[in-house]
Amino acid sequence: MSIFIIILKLILLPTLSPLCVGIVRKVKAYMQNRRGAGIFQPYYDLWKLFHKDEVIARDASWIFYLTPFLLFGLSILLPLGIPLLGSIESLSFFGDFIITIYLLATMTFFIALSGLDVGSAFGGFGSSREMTIAALTEGTLLFSFLPIALVTHTTNVILMATTASGLPFFNYLPFVIAFMGFFIALMAETGRIPFDNPSTHLELTMIHEAMILEYSGKRLALIEWANANKFIFFIILGVNLFFPWGLSTTANLSSLLFPFILVIVKATTLIVGVAILESSMAKLRLFRLPDLLLTGFIFCVISLITVTI
Amino acid sequence: MSLYSKILSVPLTLVPRKIINQQNDVTIVQKGIEKKIKKLFGGSLAIREVDTGSTNACEQELMALTNTYYDIERFGIHFVASPRHADMLMVTGPVSRNMAEALKKTYEATPDPKIVVAVGDDAIDGGIFKGSYAVLDGVHNVIPVNFQIPGDPPSAMTILSSLLYILNIIDDKSDQKKQ
Amino acid sequence: MQNLFFTSLLVLTGGSIISLIVQRDTKLSYVSSVFSMFGSLLALIFSIGALITQSTLTTTLPTSFPMFNISLHIDPLAAFFILIVSLIALPASLYGIGYMKQYAKEYNLGVFGFFYNIFLISLLLVITAHNALYFLFVWEIMSLSSLFLVIFENKKLQIIKSGFIYFIMTHAATAFILLSFLLLFQFTGSFDFETIKQHFASIPFVIQTIIFLCMIIGFGTKAGIVPFHIWLPWAHSAAPSHVSSLMSGVMIKIGIFMLFKMFLDILPQTPLWLGYVVLIIGAVSSILGVLYALSEHDIKRLPAYHSIENIGIILLGLGSGLIFIALKQPSLAMLAITAGLFHTLNHAVFKSLLFLGAGSVISQTHTRNIEEYGGLIKLMPYTAIFFLVGAVAISGLPPFNGFVSEWLTFQSLFSGIATSSILIKSIFIFGAACLTFTGGLAAACFVKAFGITFLARSRSIESEKATEVSPLLLISMGTLAVLCLTLGVFSFFVITNIQLIVKNLSLFSSKTSSLSSTGISLQVNQNVAHLNMPVIFLVMAVFIALSFGLVYIVSRKQKVVLRTVWDCGFNALSPKMEITATGFSRTLILIFRGIFQPSKQHEIEYVDADIRYFSKSKTVTLGIVNIYEAYLYYPLHNGLSIISKQIRKIQSGNVNQYLLYIFILLLGLLIFARY
Repeated sequence: MSIFIIILKLILLPTLSPLCVGIVRKVKAYMQNRRGAGIFQPYYDLWKLFHKDEVIARDASWIFYLTPFLLFGLSILLPLGIPLLGSIESLSFFGDFIITIYLLATMTFFIALSGLDVGSAFGGFGSSREMTIAALTEGTLLFSFLPIALVTHTTNVILMATTASGLPFFNYLPFVIAFMGFFIALMAETGRIPFDNPSTHLELTMIHEAMILEYSGKRLALIEWANANKFIFFIILGVNLFFPWGLSTTANLSSLLFPFILVIVKATTLIVGVAILESSMAKLRLFRLPDLLLTGFIFCVISLITVTI
Repeated sequence: MSLYSKILSVPLTLVPRKIINQQNDVTIVQKGIEKKIKKLFGGSLAIREVDTGSTNACEQELMALTNTYYDIERFGIHFVASPRHADMLMVTGPVSRNMAEALKKTYEATPDPKIVVAVGDDAIDGGIFKGSYAVLDGVHNVIPVNFQIPGDPPSAMTILSSLLYILNIIDDKSDQKKQ
Repeated sequence: MQNLFFTSLLVLTGGSIISLIVQRDTKLSYVSSVFSMFGSLLALIFSIGALITQSTLTTTLPTSFPMFNISLHIDPLAAFFILIVSLIALPASLYGIGYMKQYAKEYNLGVFGFFYNIFLISLLLVITAHNALYFLFVWEIMSLSSLFLVIFENKKLQIIKSGFIYFIMTHAATAFILLSFLLLFQFTGSFDFETIKQHFASIPFVIQTIIFLCMIIGFGTKAGIVPFHIWLPWAHSAAPSHVSSLMSGVMIKIGIFMLFKMFLDILPQTPLWLGYVVLIIGAVSSILGVLYALSEHDIKRLPAYHSIENIGIILLGLGSGLIFIALKQPSLAMLAITAGLFHTLNHAVFKSLLFLGAGSVISQTHTRNIEEYGGLIKLMPYTAIFFLVGAVAISGLPPFNGFVSEWLTFQSLFSGIATSSILIKSIFIFGAACLTFTGGLAAACFVKAFGITFLARSRSIESEKATEVSPLLLISMGTLAVLCLTLGVFSFFVITNIQLIVKNLSLFSSKTSSLSSTGISLQVNQNVAHLNMPVIFLVMAVFIALSFGLVYIVSRKQKVVLRTVWDCGFNALSPKMEITATGFSRTLILIFRGIFQPSKQHEIEYVDADIRYFSKSKTVTLGIVNIYEAYLYYPLHNGLSIISKQIRKIQSGNVNQYLLYIFILLLGLLIFARY
């Protein structure tokens, strides 16, 4: 049974991730009073990119060639450690949240290196900004898991979710504050406004886009897909860890349908929430971002203190 | 809060597709585009615009394509920042001498398969700058051009309908130049 | 077994004498390195044997001096540190064979070999010393031999100055250590560590406090804690690269070893405040170390600051352990101490690898400034891969060893947050916050270091001429890189053994640890946390290979064309257009401007000084302030100068005044003797 869930996570989540990106763009378009591309547009984009040739700079080294595969491979295996449908997933080797965060850090490390690799000016400052934000986000992300970890006495994310779902409601309020910190980290890691505009054309305002300006063809497709995977990973993690009601605890197939629908509903709500929030704010100046990240960190510390009193 | 309620109440101002399809002015210049491109670019097209010394009138029209009136994104077309990500180069301006090298490099930096469209009379044969010492009189003197959209500047409606027409007829066997 | 240890000491002594004999003969200069390698190999075998058998060796040789016994005591903890010493000395000596050739013309390699072997001997002896006077004797030998190694290139003034700072700081540290030993002697009547251990409880509380503080300052200076670390960047960047790797990978661990030995073995029942102090020092060292590393653009000072950061992480583990011991939770204490010991081993391995890599780059490009490198990944591919392994390991990324020890440290800190007292909780939260930020900032710093050094195009003419270094250097770096990966993937095996070492300490002899390794995974407290490194490594490798395979199948018909980099159509791409290391880290420096207080100065030189219209040259100087220098050393220095100036007034040069002094003193003595 757990094999089935693992295969589901490995195949279903990467398949659905471009859809999530499409939903975000569609909601943003509606907020701008236009219709925008269809929600399946990212699939067409990826398909087209896989069938185009590539142009690569002569100065690029093996890091440039290798990074998209590394990013894509790691982004597929990230969801293995988070609860998708419940505790019937075997307490897998990837359950620990520290390793999840450090796998994300590995992905950021290598994409920053590939931004520096070709020696264009844009890639360099994109890497610089990306590493600055990543360095400050990691603390917030790690600390947002801590309140739940302390209450449930485990650092395995799947166990955390299933134990937390059994808590009485009143104990739950600190986790909402931790979720606010987590949400700020989500926006930072997935490169949404107010941290980074994913659809900008102005190089001086780019953070993530600047590092991938040199990629084309299938490598670009892999990186875009890996970003979408990262996005859906954060969404599922957010909804299933901080709002873990409805997760199944038994091991038979029929009990999976209700959690599945519930996860879809929760995830869609969060995605639409992200899109609406993106449409209602402007991108912040780079030097105001540390203030925002540290505010998220303070939320997590407040939540930590409230939980353990 | 009033912002969000406004979104629900403001009427849609999109130009419907039927009206767009009625006008197009496209000229086919060169063949040499592979057969499968229609299938490839029909769903999603990435455009990089290159300004080779134009009067910016065409740029204004191109930029207007992404507003809420024309909304080019609903057809799967979007503008990108780097030629490495692009499928189509839209070139405006009569190719001044300073920009000739840059235009060639942009063409080389775009991966195959690609389409080049010359937008505006300046890009087609020099337009109002024709014969000047500072320009090279049209994009086709520098890089191979596949389509031309005449006009000074062509209106956003014309560009949009021409683009849709291009996507429709890309691998059409009929070879002759249509005026 | 004992014989192995003494044989290795003998071999190293032989190596030092022989290298003095063959001084000027450069062809035979590798002989001393061969002796060092052989000696360290013997020590390695000995330590592995001692760890497997978990035995303790004690020997005492009385000498004609009273109280000065040459007493050796090798318990599993000491054997572990001998393992670290010899594990790093082996590749470093191999590296030295090829590396020192560039110094053969100007400097005397025989003297270098002599001091190098003496340094290795002193390292081994310091770990095994069990008598305080004997310990100070070999400690001094270690400091002096490493000093002569640091100032080996004695024709450059900057290097002599670095050696001078190192000389002063290490002797200041020795003074504190001497003070603590003298106080121990005063109250327990002996210099022997065993006797001290038995009588320690009878020392009054105030004296115990002073002893602990002196030990922290003394051994901490050697380890490189903030704010006593100012010698570390200077000394480690001045020494030849394999000496830097030995110093940074091993010698500062001697300070850590003594802290572990003192606080866990010789002076047990440490008070709670000591754990607080060590943990806070660890947290502050880690964050300040990595912040100052961000501002460095010298490829040898950068890893030196990272050593300070990693010593902070080790002290976080030790501090948590001490707090747990005082709170009577020995199982969690075992977890924390295992984390500290494992990080000691890991840091030794990847820091040495980084220094050896830096040495290779310097030997090819003849400059230490990162801003002049670039594009070396194509010219020195193997060095680049090994340096990348070191960079990934030090950033704590899976599946390498840095990740596992950071994971363990995190687990011990999280267990601390779960305790009930608010004060302890907040200290642990502070420690955990510092650790997470350190991890992120270290990754940022090494993206900069690796990226600017090896990637993109060359930024100077020298770096265009670099070629790959000789195979000897590559083998030594490769060994360390493979060791990084192995220690990470097979961490369950190493940790089982480290747990046995910790159990051997008298504090923990009958307790079980929170950390256990079942099969191939590590577990904390059965259910709290769970880490399975081999499977993680396999899964990562499989998925990356899978993505290669699938994508190849999907798009094998697409071509890859090589062109120039997209430069917006601009023609002349010069190295000036790539990002510089200064620019890369500038954002972070400005974010942390409370600590750095960055300054920018503009100077303009005009063509005509009167009519200031056309400028000839403009200079921008970016500076940062070292806060420990501004708030600790300069005020100290200024205060001492002021006091000295006041005292100088006593010596007026006036003979009558001196006669007055003699008269007053005589009168005072007579009165004092009368009563």
